[in-house]
Amino acid sequence: MHIPDGFLDGKTVVATTALSAMGLGWALRQVRRELPPRRVPVLGLAAAFLFAAQMVNFPVAGGTSGHLVGGVLVAALLGPSAAVVVLATVLIIQCFLFADGGVLALGANLFNMGLLGAAGGAVVYRLVCAALPGTQGRVTAVAFAGWCSSVLAALGCAGELAWSGTVGWSAGFVAMTSVHLLIGLGEGLISALVFLAILRARPDLVLTAGEPGAQAGWGVLVRYGLLGALGLAVWVAPFACPWPDGLESVAARLGFEHKAIEPLLPPVAPDYRVPGVAWAAGATAMAGAVGALVVFGLAWLLGRWLVRKPEPAGGTNLEAP
Amino acid sequence: MKLTWLGHHHGPRNSLVHRLPASVKLGGAFAVILGTVLAPPDWGGWYVGVALLLAGVTALSRVPPLFLLKRLALLSPFVLGVALVNALQPAARTSWLLVLTRSALCLATVVLVSNTTAFSEMLSVLRRVRVPSLLITTLALMHRYLFVLVDETERMQRARASRTFARGRRARWQTLATVLSQLFVRASERAERIYAAMCARGWK
Repeated sequence: MHIPDGFLDGKTVVATTALSAMGLGWALRQVRRELPPRRVPVLGLAAAFLFAAQMVNFPVAGGTSGHLVGGVLVAALLGPSAAVVVLATVLIIQCFLFADGGVLALGANLFNMGLLGAAGGAVVYRLVCAALPGTQGRVTAVAFAGWCSSVLAALGCAGELAWSGTVGWSAGFVAMTSVHLLIGLGEGLISALVFLAILRARPDLVLTAGEPGAQAGWGVLVRYGLLGALGLAVWVAPFACPWPDGLESVAARLGFEHKAIEPLLPPVAPDYRVPGVAWAAGATAMAGAVGALVVFGLAWLLGRWLVRKPEPAGGTNLEAP
Repeated sequence: MKLTWLGHHHGPRNSLVHRLPASVKLGGAFAVILGTVLAPPDWGGWYVGVALLLAGVTALSRVPPLFLLKRLALLSPFVLGVALVNALQPAARTSWLLVLTRSALCLATVVLVSNTTAFSEMLSVLRRVRVPSLLITTLALMHRYLFVLVDETERMQRARASRTFARGRRARWQTLATVLSQLFVRASERAERIYAAMCARGWK
């Protein structure tokens, strides 16, 4: 998921860097305003935790393994703005110290994993929390938001690569989202398990709805949501929407329309082109909505199953001092 | 991903490149990366020039070329994935070889800089270009405790492996989740101790 340098072109670098800088600026201001000084070192330690946690591999079907990305987990534990700062710190260290992810692609990576993944996931988390009260609702929310964050980040990544002309949209979209629809299930499951274990071991470490840092939420969340939607609108909508829009005409005027605009399906006959593409985009959106509903059902069952049980199966031996 | 694969080369640190001011190295690296990413495809000379420059810096800094090559090979997962997708759809407009050249050159630049510059010097450059202090504090703390927590994770994993024998996949997920939650709890407790120590030393 870390895009290296050389995969994005100039306009994508500029656009992603501008949007991420804006989001990170908001997050820093928000954190400085509402985080008590006592919690400042928690950000650095949470970033180190996330880095270490990303190295723990989990067995996935077929002998492969996956690992936690953790944007939603940190957002549920510390709040969305803190999560954006923590993700930015992790990405900066990974980029400059370990050369994982490009320097000029840092903006794109922060947008995908921090703003779409963590802050976008936090929006989903809060919405589900508002709908389903109690611990069970929170576990469901973490699981579902974890899945959403993975898919959103993949969508953003595919859009940026397509906008740069590195990977065609249809191939990149299918490859990235289909893989992350599955990876997202693991991310959601792990995030929910870890979240519940922390909630049971040290409930005081988890941000609750009553705390000032959590309650300033909705306005901030709406802003992050709009920022993420703006980014997706810029580099995904040109490919997903069949009808011409303002961006298309701007693109044509600037002379990169041959780069940015590409029909989703090759036209069979000119007359059928627009209805055919519209139908394909509609079908994709429909399939996405059905998939999200199914995953939400799974997350709800997971929450019910985990919270009903008095003790988590196994693993309790580590909780002894 | 193992930390040792991404690790740094710990050789002699007194070459000319090591002694250069961090701002010069970071600025130069940024210029090289910017130029490489934005250079038009027909500027063959630019790419050759950057490659020669990097080879020269490698020789001067006495970073072993084999280490650099090994590190470059780790780029491959993402590159291979994108290559596979491009193979499925040959109509991509940017030449594949160009993308590969660009990302390899940029990666080599970052690896060279990170192996010849101390992290605290990089942070002081960031402070000079007015990066918000909260972000710098977080970066410094993360760098300081990153290796501590990675070691702690390995110890906990070893303890788990020596206590749990073959069990089902479900129990394994549950146990690993417990390891991660413990890691977070320990990190938070450490943060509380660090805050007390920071206050004792006059922070804020």
